[in-house]
Amino acid sequence: MNDLIPLLKTSGVSKSFGGVLAVASVSFELKEGELLGIIGPNGSGKTTLVNLVTGFVKPNSGRIEYRGKNITGWAPYKIVSLGIARTFQMVRPFYQLPAFKNLIVPLYSPRVKKLAGGKYGDRDAVALDLLEEVGFERDAHVSYKVAGSLPQGYLKRLELAKSMALRPDLVILDELFSGLSLAEVASIVPIIEKLRFQGKAIIMIEHRLKELFRIADRVMVLNYGKKIAEGSGKEVMEDKAVKNAYLGSETE
Amino acid sequence: MKRRKERIDRGIKARSEDIFALSSYREMFYLLVPRAIPVVGLLGVAPFLSPYWKEVFISTAVYALLAISWDLLISAGLVSLGQSLFYGIGSYVAGALNYYWGWSPLFTIPVATLVGGVLCTVMLLPVLRLRGIYFAMVTLVLPLMLMRLVEATRILGGTEGLTGLTPFPNPVTSFYIIQIALLIALFGFRRIIDSDYGLVIRGINDNDRSVMSAGINIYWYKTQILFLGASVGSFAGAFGTHVDMFAGMPGFALDYSLLPVASAVVGGMGTFAGPMIGAFILVPLSEVLRALGALRIVFYGLFLVVFIVALPEGIFPYMQRKYHQFERWVEIE
Ligand SMILES: Nc1ncnc2c1ncn2[C@@H]1O[C@H](COP(=O)(O)OP(=O)(O)O)[C@@H](O)[C@H]1O
Ligand SMILES: [Mg+2]
Repeated sequence: MNDLIPLLKTSGVSKSFGGVLAVASVSFELKEGELLGIIGPNGSGKTTLVNLVTGFVKPNSGRIEYRGKNITGWAPYKIVSLGIARTFQMVRPFYQLPAFKNLIVPLYSPRVKKLAGGKYGDRDAVALDLLEEVGFERDAHVSYKVAGSLPQGYLKRLELAKSMALRPDLVILDELFSGLSLAEVASIVPIIEKLRFQGKAIIMIEHRLKELFRIADRVMVLNYGKKIAEGSGKEVMEDKAVKNAYLGSETE
Repeated sequence: MKRRKERIDRGIKARSEDIFALSSYREMFYLLVPRAIPVVGLLGVAPFLSPYWKEVFISTAVYALLAISWDLLISAGLVSLGQSLFYGIGSYVAGALNYYWGWSPLFTIPVATLVGGVLCTVMLLPVLRLRGIYFAMVTLVLPLMLMRLVEATRILGGTEGLTGLTPFPNPVTSFYIIQIALLIALFGFRRIIDSDYGLVIRGINDNDRSVMSAGINIYWYKTQILFLGASVGSFAGAFGTHVDMFAGMPGFALDYSLLPVASAVVGGMGTFAGPMIGAFILVPLSEVLRALGALRIVFYGLFLVVFIVALPEGIFPYMQRKYHQFERWVEIE
């Protein structure tokens, strides 16, 4: 693709809920195949920014472009069809369905149909393969278990598999690691690295700074909805504003 | 020698082994019997019914269709308190085509099914985004508004309605038409909801944001389901109009809205067979209770409460569970 046009670009996007300014005039760019980390204290507007980019929330002002195309205010399903997939911070499985059946819904999307050349193919088989890719052991039949009976670690992987099922060019992971043990995080990191290797751009929102800095190309810091710093992990952590923001909040 | 009760779930075995299930006659039989019951039950009873009960059976099937349509809508998270909208529109479309242009029921019913489905969908389109109780309120109010509109403007026969419409050639024809339509709706809807398409529909009800993030336009899917449900309801109205030889304001009556909901709750929501069974209990029950005069509604209410308290999951899910699980005594040691 064209290297001059960024994959994703926001210019001064803002969103307020009632009186609260959740995202305040944030501008950032993401290149093709890049991994951008977004960090910030709780309530700093990270999830809202994801919701703005993915169309779940409409901005009050500002502009969002994907491959140079203005997608501001588009419906979520249209944004997905361009190739942007996301995970939810709060996992949202279909609890009564077997894990692999959860993937039928994204596999049914027009995007998957288009990429497959108009045919859907055997969705169940694709679903089982995807789950294996994110670490569901095939022999243990975990994929056939009802989602409601799975522990958090598997639900997070399922969430990741749902976004991968859409064969996106940009994946946005909203606190995928939160609530997971160190061992679980360590087992998911290679999956993300594999996605990068396939050339997908990734935005990761994380509180696990050590793991994030190891894989991120660049990190952006939000505080009270504003972008306060941007650069490598090391650079932003030495930033005065960032230090203040993190000292000022209770978490981390 | 001691004995204990062992519980076996036949259903899981037969269902999970799909193909293999058919390898044994016993398991094939086991899967076929529950499907044969409604077919034999609806089509086979005709010769044994008196003309009066035949009529009751016909109107029961009309309510059962409305209940199945209600169940389809609820599977996509659309709570309808206005099944009478579908019934009334279907009834007026068929009635008008027959009354003003003399079309035969052979044409009025299919046309009313489609046109009714489209009209109802268009009317509800603006509120399709509303969830739960908000959508429900609009569906409840709309038929009542249309009823008053007919009264005030005197269109379509006003309060008198359209009378003297063409009846079916004989009661037997109408009997089979409605029972076969009911079977098609029952098996068709069950098949749809069990498919991958149905999974998406149920997903919308369960967790709409998750479906949206999967790149699916949930409003388009809701529109499709609304059209399907409204068409089935309009078919019921068009059919009922030719049975009664009359189309009028009673088509928008609350009965057509509330009985389907009660049937679905009693029979078991989300199963299609449940709402149908519910209608086949509640409608004849209401006929039997007619003898009680003014006390009818009291006893009717009592029955409803008893059903709901005794089997909160619904009759059909209960029967289904009992059929799949059976207990047997086994000897230990
Ligand atoms: N749908 C909403 N309605 C009202 N307020 C919201 C909504 N979503 C987020 N907020 C508010 O916006 C601010 C940013 O929240 P969020 O984006 O979830 O932060 P983060 O993901 O960084 O923890 C918070 O003050 C939160 O309460
Ligand atoms: Mg968040």
